Amino acid sequence: MEHAEDRYYVPHQSHWPVVGSAGLFFLMVGVSVWLNGTDTGFWVMMTGAAILIFMLIGWFGEVIGESEGGRYNSQVDMSFRMGMFWFIFSEVMFFAAFFGALFYARNMAVPWLGGESNNFFTNLLLWGEFESTWPTNGPGNIGGDFEVMGPFGLPLINTAILMTSSVTVTIAHHALIHGQRNLLKVFLAATFILGFVFVFFQAEEYIEAYQHMNLTLSSGIYGSTFFMLTGFHGMHVTIGAIMLTIIWLRVMKGHFTPNRHFAFEATAWYWHFVDVVWVGLYVFVYWM
Amino acid sequence: MSSAVADIHADHGEHDDHGPAKGWRRWLYATNHKDIGTMYLLFSLTMFFAGGTMALIIRSELFSPGLQFVDPAFFNQMTTMHALIMVFGAVMPAFVGLANWMIPLMIGAPDMALPRMNNWSFWILPVAFSILGSTLFMAGGAPASGWTMYPPLVLQTGDAFPFLIFSVHLMGLSSIMGAINVIVTIINMRAPDMSLLKMPMFVWTWLITAYLLIAVMPVLAGAVTMLLTDQFFGTSFFLAAGGGDPVMFQHIFWFFGHPEVYIMILPAFGVVSEIIPTFSRKPLFGHDSMVYAASSIAFLSFIVWAHHMFTVGMPLTGQMFFMFATMLIAVPTGVKIFNWLATMWRGAMTFETPMLFSLGFVFLFTIGGFSGLMLAIAPADIQYHDSYFVVAHFHYVLVPGSIFALMAAVYYWMPKWTGHLYNESLGKLHFWLSTIFVNLTFFPMHFVGLAGMPRRIPDYSTQFTDFNAIASIGAFGFGLSQLLFVFIVFQCVRNKGEIATQEVWDNPTGLEWTVPSPAPYHTFETPPRVTSGAAFS
Repeated sequence: MEHAEDRYYVPHQSHWPVVGSAGLFFLMVGVSVWLNGTDTGFWVMMTGAAILIFMLIGWFGEVIGESEGGRYNSQVDMSFRMGMFWFIFSEVMFFAAFFGALFYARNMAVPWLGGESNNFFTNLLLWGEFESTWPTNGPGNIGGDFEVMGPFGLPLINTAILMTSSVTVTIAHHALIHGQRNLLKVFLAATFILGFVFVFFQAEEYIEAYQHMNLTLSSGIYGSTFFMLTGFHGMHVTIGAIMLTIIWLRVMKGHFTPNRHFAFEATAWYWHFVDVVWVGLYVFVYWM
Repeated sequence: MSSAVADIHADHGEHDDHGPAKGWRRWLYATNHKDIGTMYLLFSLTMFFAGGTMALIIRSELFSPGLQFVDPAFFNQMTTMHALIMVFGAVMPAFVGLANWMIPLMIGAPDMALPRMNNWSFWILPVAFSILGSTLFMAGGAPASGWTMYPPLVLQTGDAFPFLIFSVHLMGLSSIMGAINVIVTIINMRAPDMSLLKMPMFVWTWLITAYLLIAVMPVLAGAVTMLLTDQFFGTSFFLAAGGGDPVMFQHIFWFFGHPEVYIMILPAFGVVSEIIPTFSRKPLFGHDSMVYAASSIAFLSFIVWAHHMFTVGMPLTGQMFFMFATMLIAVPTGVKIFNWLATMWRGAMTFETPMLFSLGFVFLFTIGGFSGLMLAIAPADIQYHDSYFVVAHFHYVLVPGSIFALMAAVYYWMPKWTGHLYNESLGKLHFWLSTIFVNLTFFPMHFVGLAGMPRRIPDYSTQFTDFNAIASIGAFGFGLSQLLFVFIVFQCVRNKGEIATQEVWDNPTGLEWTVPSPAPYHTFETPPRVTSGAAFS
């Protein structure tokens, strides 16, 4: 039954957060030990990751159960919505740091290395041969000569794929609101399939870059910004596609109603967020 | 709500839990905002003493010139760890603890909006700080590059390096989740009659602080991620040979770092804005202008970051912009200071311990504000930069600023938490000892700084000896005085003091004073209907 609207809902105690903390502990310690050159760290890391996945399944499972059990009133629903909004805002700021690094390098650091502003002597004494260009791997030619990833070909196809998936998820949402469950199932499936296809092409692009273009994470500031921005974006697409898949499975089980489907909407917001980030990436990393 | 103590054990059939759970489960699995608030406060007190011990190691070494107790590498580890622990482990969690305890009580909500995430926000912190603390025992020692983690210096950290990065990630994760919770609670859980401008100032300042946290903690995460990939995965973000720039780290870091300092002071403003009206027996002067001032400070905090790095090389226009933008902050801050003074003006003032700490805050924070204004002047800053003058400045805003406000808050609300009054004479003694010793510690640093003593160096020229000896004596005095604070809190928690009334103080305003003392485990299970706006002002 629907939870009373005039009373607040306070959940019972939960052991999932502490399980999550234990998972984070092993994950972080494991990665650190591994990076410091001890191989056992890898297994500690995997243990931590497994605990975290266990926690996510358990915690989300419990919340889904409560939600389907009608435990949440509209106020709880609104809290979840606001929470998701601010979470996405924090993600935006995370990407902003890397976009900021890209802009700073392109517009400040690289021109200054080439002697612009008052840096004539810096250029003359330290990097006399260097002329400011973009893309660049810097005056030290770090990582060796490389080819640039152009805006056409795979990146353009990927742009089309992600834009299309934003449309399909919106169609799915409208279908959900109007109770057209079959349409919802088809277009939601189309959305996460497009998402995984995007990730597949992104992987192909990386293989191409590493094997044929000598464009790697170590290709100076261009390689750094290119792979960190597209890499973190690809990671978010993967997470978003997994979220969409889970929502699809829930739809198949008959979850969500035309007016109560917070999880669907939260995932759709997240999906639009990765889409918007991609537009920024396509413009500033591939194109300009 | 007067019979709430009896009510809370009654079965409403709506909740799964009513009283606190038994034993360790109550704390480990906590979803109650009061329990989580208590854990935050105790954690922060522990970290306060851990970071304080490191400060005393620094001050022992600096008691006289030459090297006596620790080797320089360990000295650098102490300055770095002291800062990281105090910023992320003591001050920030303490304010989050206050937010947990007080925001639901002040806005008439039964709990935080997302209670399970609230638990996770807290329980990530012990993980983060055990990882950070463990670096003290690693090959190459703890991080020693300063809490600002500038490359390329920080890349010389030994085995501790990835542990440092990931512990910062975890602190950020905790802060972001905590901040999301605070915002959602404030926006979505207020009592029906409480419009935004009727909210108490502490709630307002926390709303703005939480926004700052969500905006900048991810940027810090990005910055340290770049450090990590530069170190282990061959990226060139901060490597000039690859087209990157070490100065870029400083820009990204301080884009986080400057809002961060307001994250540590805005809730303090909120606390003081609650306390001064109570003990002046007048409503807060200019409530709305306080809101606008705090919002302006938050906005300005995003466009002043490079005043931390006037000496690294920056175009002249950049220096001018950041200088003037920084000076602009004095305007909204001045609004706040004058509003507090106007609140006290012709008030029927009394000077209980929370009021003493608040007055100490207003006076001493203003000193730190003024030295900040001096540092904002770009040409002058080139002289002050990296000197003890800077150390004096930010300790004035953080210790008699943030920490004094925290002390004031604990004295002010502890009777509500425990149901007992603290020992007023001991509280006043604690205030006077703290105030005398904090000035003894940090005021001489202005002089040695202006005379040219650099910060983060374990040795110094002999002409600085006297002032350094005084500062060290002050530091030990301040540190030992805090043991008195622990004793006072312990007494109060052990129910040694007088029984507190529901209002505790003389006719204070705010919903937190309409519930019994101690506040029952569950409060405001149904939204309070308050018709008079005055109750909120």
